[in-house]
Amino acid sequence: MKFTLKVWRQKNAKDTGQFETYNISEVENEMSFLEMMDVLNQQLIKEKKDPVAFDHDCREGICGMCSMVINGHPHGHQKATTTCQLHMRSFKDGDTIVIEPWRAKAFPILRDLAVDRSALDNIIQAGGYVSVNTGSAPEANAVPVPQDMAEKAMDAAECIGCGACVAACKNSSAMLFLSAKVSHLALLPQGQPERKKRVISMMKAHDEAGFGSCTNTGACEAYCPKGISITNIARLNREFLSAALTSEYEL
Amino acid sequence: MSNPLAANPYSLKWLGHFFSSSLGRKLIMSLTGLFLCLFLFIHMTGNLQLLKSDGGRAFNEYAYFMTHFGPIKIVSYVTYFFILLHAIDGIGLALKNRQARPVKYAANPKGSSWASRNMAVLGTIILVFLVIHLKQFWFEYKFGTSVPSVTYDGTEYKNLYAVVVEAFSQWWYVLLYLASLVALSYHLIHGFQSAFQTLGINHKKYTPIIKALGWIFSIGVPLGFALQPLYLFFNAQ
Ligand code: HEM
Ligand code: SF4
Ligand code: FES
Repeated sequence: MKFTLKVWRQKNAKDTGQFETYNISEVENEMSFLEMMDVLNQQLIKEKKDPVAFDHDCREGICGMCSMVINGHPHGHQKATTTCQLHMRSFKDGDTIVIEPWRAKAFPILRDLAVDRSALDNIIQAGGYVSVNTGSAPEANAVPVPQDMAEKAMDAAECIGCGACVAACKNSSAMLFLSAKVSHLALLPQGQPERKKRVISMMKAHDEAGFGSCTNTGACEAYCPKGISITNIARLNREFLSAALTSEYEL
Repeated sequence: MSNPLAANPYSLKWLGHFFSSSLGRKLIMSLTGLFLCLFLFIHMTGNLQLLKSDGGRAFNEYAYFMTHFGPIKIVSYVTYFFILLHAIDGIGLALKNRQARPVKYAANPKGSSWASRNMAVLGTIILVFLVIHLKQFWFEYKFGTSVPSVTYDGTEYKNLYAVVVEAFSQWWYVLLYLASLVALSYHLIHGFQSAFQTLGINHKKYTPIIKALGWIFSIGVPLGFALQPLYLFFNAQ
């Protein structure tokens, strides 16, 4: 297969950046999108040019590192798929493909397509954990967890922290990510002790990072590779409003 | 252990923090938006009296009641305040949200409805309309001198009906209203159900009802409003 690629090139956070056009052939249809990018980089290296920097790690859809907006679609046009799991057979031979980084003030560009997603880590550090003393594993049946709650918590826990929700949102809001993290713990008995404090601190970290606010457009849900639903955002709103209005924690 | 609460156990600082948090500001949008929906419904049904063929008597008496009955006067000042609060907070949020993406995409992600992406534009159209609308009818009725009077059973009333009929005999005025109502309809198609999501109400049992009500409301109410200028325009022909 042959493609024309328009790739965002930017030396560092301060550089203004621009699109560069590359022609690429010898792409197999069973290649993943990232393997296609590897082919491009091989070609650039042979031409003694700088290869395109992009994030990736597991290449099996579980780490959340790969991040590219492909023809205006975060992680590409295929539903519930990460960039690394997107295959070239879903494109047409001869297509022009526009490749951009996640764009958000809270995600400064490091280089080319690689962005700094520490803002998401900061949200987790603000409260996305349970404080338990480590030691011997507790008896598994000591804490009963209803099956339906466990299912919902597991659905929320599927979030891989990729940030596609931010990339897709017209407000660059990270509410889907935040809601997944808050829901995951709020639904389980282990999450109860810090429940109110957690949502207040994490919301604060979200706002301080420079993410926008949610206007319930639903674009995040449409592009989330893990199918996280905006019902989690409704839960987040309930959690935050009740914590803010009923607890004595500082807002 | 220093406990800041011990020195002064009571503080209202949280209110400022709450209403400037992203969700606190959205709570304002949601509650004022829903209040305005209720207002629209009452305003629309009340004005259906324009369709009566009684020479405008019912409408004029209704207008008198709405501007002279104490509790309703209070509610109307609350309404003006909520419109301003909703508009200021909404435009403020929209500007802030734009700043959250300083470099734009070459190709924009979709996955959302057109209305949901254009709430601020639609709202601004509604705001411009409101200024024209209030100047034409509300301001003239309360402070203007152009409204003629009419006498029913020995009592003098301002003949707002005559002003309304006069306004809607102009085709461009009717078109302006219809265009604004289309903007309102789109604003509500997203806004009505969105307000419930903001409040955290997204539930297997209730969300289908809210969505259905949202469609009925956001098409029905603007349609009810649209009937009035259309009826008066074609009746006068
Ligand atoms: C009578 C007329 C209006 C009604 C009934 C109305 C209703 C609503 C409702 C129900 C929402 C959804 C709130 C939420 O998502 O929680 C909303 C959102 C919004 N409205 Fe209005 N609105 C009206 C006029 C205006 C005006 C005059 C503006 C001013 C510019 C405006 C700007 C906005 C914006 C920007 C949003 C999106 C807020 C966000 O999600 O961040 N609206 N409106
Ligand atoms: S909610 Fe979905 S899109 Fe957002 S970070 Fe998690 S996995 Fe990625
Ligand atoms: S590289 Fe790990 S999810 Fe794509």
